[in-house]
Amino acid sequence: MPSDLIHQYMRIDHLPQIWCPGCGNGTIMRDVAVAIEQLIDDPEYDFDRDDFVIVSGIGCSSRAAGYLDFNSIHTTHGRAIAFASGIKFANPKLNVIVLTGDGDCSAIGGNHLIHAARRNLGLTVVAFNNDIYGMTGGQYSPTTPNGDKATTAPYGNVDRPFDIALLAAGAGASFAARGDVFHARETTEIIRQAILHKGFSIVDVYSICPTYYGRKNKKGDAVEMLKWQKENLIPTNRWYTMSEEERVGKKLIGILSRNDYPEYTEEYAKIIEQCRKKK
Amino acid sequence: MSKAVLMQGNEAAVEGAIAAGMRFFAGYPITPSTEIAEQSALRLPQVGGHFLQMEDELASIAAVLGASAAGVKAMTATSGPGFSLMQENIGYGVMAEIPCVIVDVQRAGPSTGLPTSPSQGDYMQARWGTHGDHPVIALSPSSVRETYTLIIRAFNLAEKYRTPVIFLMDEIVGHMREGVELPRESELIINHRKMSFHDGANKQCYFVPEGEYVPAMKPFGQGERYNITGLAHDSSGFPTNSTEIAGKLFTRLLDKVEKNVNDIVRIEEYAMDDAETAIVCFGGTTRAVMSAILEARAQGKKVGMFRPITVWPFPEQQLRARLPQLKNILMVEHNHGQMLLEVQRTVGGALPVDFLGRIDGTVISPADILAKLNEMEENCHAQ
Repeated sequence: MPSDLIHQYMRIDHLPQIWCPGCGNGTIMRDVAVAIEQLIDDPEYDFDRDDFVIVSGIGCSSRAAGYLDFNSIHTTHGRAIAFASGIKFANPKLNVIVLTGDGDCSAIGGNHLIHAARRNLGLTVVAFNNDIYGMTGGQYSPTTPNGDKATTAPYGNVDRPFDIALLAAGAGASFAARGDVFHARETTEIIRQAILHKGFSIVDVYSICPTYYGRKNKKGDAVEMLKWQKENLIPTNRWYTMSEEERVGKKLIGILSRNDYPEYTEEYAKIIEQCRKKK
Repeated sequence: MSKAVLMQGNEAAVEGAIAAGMRFFAGYPITPSTEIAEQSALRLPQVGGHFLQMEDELASIAAVLGASAAGVKAMTATSGPGFSLMQENIGYGVMAEIPCVIVDVQRAGPSTGLPTSPSQGDYMQARWGTHGDHPVIALSPSSVRETYTLIIRAFNLAEKYRTPVIFLMDEIVGHMREGVELPRESELIINHRKMSFHDGANKQCYFVPEGEYVPAMKPFGQGERYNITGLAHDSSGFPTNSTEIAGKLFTRLLDKVEKNVNDIVRIEEYAMDDAETAIVCFGGTTRAVMSAILEARAQGKKVGMFRPITVWPFPEQQLRARLPQLKNILMVEHNHGQMLLEVQRTVGGALPVDFLGRIDGTVISPADILAKLNEMEENCHAQ
């Protein structure tokens, strides 16, 4: 029997999902559903389920939109953030959440990512970052670490990788954070905070792909890959107790930057109001 | 009729679109369409609408489709290079059945070409630019006033058939300024997409009853919570690998336009009653053709004009109906012979079809057309 959460927020007729055994994407999709559920159930806020829109691009990650029982739109490769910008700007009361992948949002869709970050339109982007193109069978992506192998990097990857959260922060994102599959509770809370954030928010969630990335790079099975996350991805509270030496080779899981820049749709509403008064 | 105003074609496109209910525009500057973005930026907030300058044309068409899914009539405008960039998502709009209007103000040449010069070189791109078998509706205005009224029709068709509609302008019409008398609001017919699901849909957002072609479309945020995808999908909107369901879907999308061709296709005929020679033309070429016809008639030539206003689907029935009275046809267009192929296909060898085109970025003049008519007449006598 599916859990209450799955019953309530997923399209159970279409489960089980298509992801490989051990894939981290199901956990991230659950984190998103839990974060939304917490907000809907929270009497402090006035979130209506029907006001959530899930937008995705193309790739393994982007199949999540179809499983989540909200308004959902599975768009074209790389363009999820651009579609989402249209949805949010046309109807600013909607809570628009983009589910995307490392290739979808930082290669083919990289331009839309940086410009949405700069514009500070109130979208929440959750990147399912598994360091690989999974749907097409394991090609290197913009986040594949230098030297790692992929079907299109049989001798090791020459490219240097993007850090998606830092990339977005550098482009002006008013909320940039990192999450992962192992630290599901922390990641859920980060996603909840990202949705609550008024401007553009992004959570770069490190997924695991044992089938392609893991196998190509001898990272072990899903359990081994999760263990790696447990040891090397460090939640905020622990990170700040660690010395510089202890942090070497490890990454912080948490909110990296948060600013309250003016939100785009609110600024534009002022222009509409100004024009109305002039009439 | 209201009072006359001086207006540019590109401005008329915006004013007509606003009259049609357009409240969202996303675009990227490109000559010779830029005035459409500028005018939209000025006018939309005045009517409570939203203008968004995107980072490129890929983003512009995506934002437009998103806005339409949120229930707002939306438009973008571009020229050849940007139109090429939009093609993938135009196909998405066809597949996901999202209404919108894409204005292409055509300019000359392949690649960057001659950005400020006239052309009609995107006629085939409008039809076949996006991949896969798909239907296309494209309309082409020939004057500033017609730009205003026809773009309203473009929105109406987009809403009625739930499909992107290409509004194929050219630099001549886009940059032409003329005095126009715009119709009053009360004279306009404005259509909206069907927003309540068909009987029996039972939350199946792409459900279409037997004998109908267009599913209803509820905007996001109104409680239906359905899925939209560019993958082949069943009537619930969820992806499917069933070739049977996919085949039915692709066929319905084509039928939606093909079975309603009489509703969609519009033409204009001029001096055709006794014509023995028909000049076929569209868009900005029309004016030179009409002056040439006046002159040719003064010289005793029985020449008329057949102008597709709906350029896709091509008005083949209407042209075929004229064939018995004709001796020959002259296709005049600012390209290397694109609509010519449709005319030849329709005529099927029954009559000689001559061609006059230009691809150097200059306009075809009435004198060019008259010279061509004389040449055709001489060839006729010589035979």
